[in-house]
Amino acid sequence: MNLDPPGERLVQIVFPARPDRLRLARHALADAADLVGASEVFINDLVLAVDEACQNIIRHAYGGPTDRPIEMDVRKNGGSLVVRLVDYAPPVDPSRIKPRALEDVRPGGLGTHFIQALVDERAFLAPPPGAGNLLQLVKRFA
Amino acid sequence: MKMETRKEAGLRVVSLAGDVDLQHSPTLRKELLVVVAEGLPVIVDLGGVSYIDSSGVASLVEAFQAARKKQIPFSLAGLSASVQRVMQLARLDRVFTIHANLDEALKRNQ
Repeated sequence: MNLDPPGERLVQIVFPARPDRLRLARHALADAADLVGASEVFINDLVLAVDEACQNIIRHAYGGPTDRPIEMDVRKNGGSLVVRLVDYAPPVDPSRIKPRALEDVRPGGLGTHFIQALVDERAFLAPPPGAGNLLQLVKRFA
Repeated sequence: MKMETRKEAGLRVVSLAGDVDLQHSPTLRKELLVVVAEGLPVIVDLGGVSYIDSSGVASLVEAFQAARKKQIPFSLAGLSASVQRVMQLARLDRVFTIHANLDEALKRNQ
């Protein structure tokens, strides 16, 4: 993991890319946000966005549940919470990640929309050596 | 996630509690499709749900569409503020029939 992101680290965890481990990540993130006084709505929104991003890693980057790792780093940087997710899957093409039209009522495809709607910034950054992808999500407190 | 399905006054009630997430949504999807296939009106009571993600929402949408094909009433009840927010984000709050709680849903389905 990139060891030099800005801000104060609140928590850093590594977990297997499996659906039954996402709850652990959600709780760690929620507790970290609560630690710095984030509101319930802020916490719920950020947790959903990060959970959806982790699901994308499991389902699309890794191609299914695996024991390969997801690294989550949560920092407070000024008036924002910054979450970085690192995986070791093949690099994704960010231009291919687009939300679908919500007018089309059908199962699936909502995760990317949720992420875009619930965080202020979303960017793939240069991953650390040996890693596949580094997704940074930023949510401002106000 | 905990799930309980029961018959009540000529309809099916599926009560959910806990986290409806990627770990549990495949089980939910399967159960809802079985329940819809029975042909009775369906109420999904979400009163105990503390968290729902896109996979949980997708399970509800798929069951809703299956019910619509069979012309069976399919409604949701007891959404918490956080679950309601997810439905609004997905713009599904105007697609689903949503009741404030299970009692109201049962009255409306009588």
